[in-house]
Amino acid sequence: MSFALEEGGITTVLGANGAGKTTMLRAISAMVRTRGSIRFGGTPIDAKATEQIVAMGIAHVPEGRGTFVDLTVEENLRIGMYARRDKRHAARDMERVLELFPILAQRRRQHAGTLSGGEQQMLAVARALMLGPRLLLLDEPSLGLAPLVVREIFRILRAINQESGVSVLLVEQNASLALDLADHVFLLETGRVVLSGTSDVLKKNDAIRRSYLGY
Amino acid sequence: MDIFVQQVMSGLATGGIYASLALALVMIYQATDVVNFAQGEMAMFATYISWSMLNAGMPYWGAFIATLLIAFVGGVVIQRVVIRPVENKPILTIVIVTLGLLVICNSVAGWVWSYLQKPFPSPFPREPIRLGTVVFGAHDLGEIAVTLVMLALLFAFFRFTPLGLAMRAAAQNPVSSRLAGIRVSWMLALGWGLAAVFGAVAGLMVAPILTLDPNMMGGIQIYAFAAATLGGFTSPLGAVVGGFMVGIVENLVGTYVSFIGTELKLTVALAMIIIVLLVKPSGLFGRTAARRV
Repeated sequence: MSFALEEGGITTVLGANGAGKTTMLRAISAMVRTRGSIRFGGTPIDAKATEQIVAMGIAHVPEGRGTFVDLTVEENLRIGMYARRDKRHAARDMERVLELFPILAQRRRQHAGTLSGGEQQMLAVARALMLGPRLLLLDEPSLGLAPLVVREIFRILRAINQESGVSVLLVEQNASLALDLADHVFLLETGRVVLSGTSDVLKKNDAIRRSYLGY
Repeated sequence: MDIFVQQVMSGLATGGIYASLALALVMIYQATDVVNFAQGEMAMFATYISWSMLNAGMPYWGAFIATLLIAFVGGVVIQRVVIRPVENKPILTIVIVTLGLLVICNSVAGWVWSYLQKPFPSPFPREPIRLGTVVFGAHDLGEIAVTLVMLALLFAFFRFTPLGLAMRAAAQNPVSSRLAGIRVSWMLALGWGLAAVFGAVAGLMVAPILTLDPNMMGGIQIYAFAAATLGGFTSPLGAVVGGFMVGIVENLVGTYVSFIGTELKLTVALAMIIIVLLVKPSGLFGRTAARRV
């Protein structure tokens, strides 16, 4: 598999179940063993450990959200800061993230396990943002959530991307939402990139339309 | 009534020892799902190191601090060298390794310091303290104070420092913690180090009462198991409360139930373990783990 991401852009990966979308994200954060080379801003990262890759500014929001359910919302966010090198603006960034997700500000002292699925997904994104990442990896953020909540999360993702210029790599089942959000699209089939291009072009592609958009 | 109050106080004192060791057990169990059967023996070993330092003329509190530091490093080293290689093996393998560690600590201590009992000093005055008609042992009161100070420090560490938070996170959700950049494996090692410190406190506080010998912690470990079981094995607070409760119950039963006396006291601990497991297996503060199978 070979692909490149544009800095500052939002890229989405489409593909059927088992195409290797999640594995692709896990390969970037060294959660699975890989062969070949992965570079981040020119630096090879394929030999690095997960913790080092995170410290370079790659935040990974895993499938299932990875919430620390017994910790409070605020503690979850503080964990997001752990690997951050420059902690000077940490307090300011915490406030900024809580502004983006007002519901989390309300639930600041609650245990994260008491949050709803949508709130936990927001917390997962917020936690990733606390790293001050250069690249945000999102694995199925819409999984199991109500359409309204998903739309809200995607709206915030767009805002974050425009405001801070963080690059986003999004794995998503909900193709129409993902295509609306993303600038670039990859189509994955059994571990291979079979199609790539800007989302405007691919939205008009017949194969994509039939298989993923359903019209 | 005076006897009752006195027995409760000395129950709290021994309870503090159980609480420290139970806390050590729970800290490791929470992070790794492993019961460290060698916890008591590691504590005994640390106490011997302290004895050697005292014998060499170090002042008590100097030796106390030095012992805790050595225990911490020792705990970390044991985790890195002995436990980490079997980290991903079945639980039974790890349990057997900790049992091996138990035997090794015990034999090495016997080999180095002999199996003869050694008197161990208490840092607290000999004279009992009188409050009205009730008499308290100064060592008892000092012991309770030391335990409470250590617990407060640990609580503050876990609650208010980024490292403490990272350790809690690593124990709870290792995968997510790695994705947050936390070195989970080192957090576990630190956990072993801290557990060893609390074990060492238990050893140092109990040695003046029982006198020091390589089998000193055997009984204490069983009480600590009872305390941890009572508290629920997944709750540090539970371990502490459980420790004090076991101490008090043990003392009261020994005093008021004549046929038990001092000889059968240990049976009380075992009975408590069995009763808790039968009636409320998750203990007083424990979480019931629901697992999808």
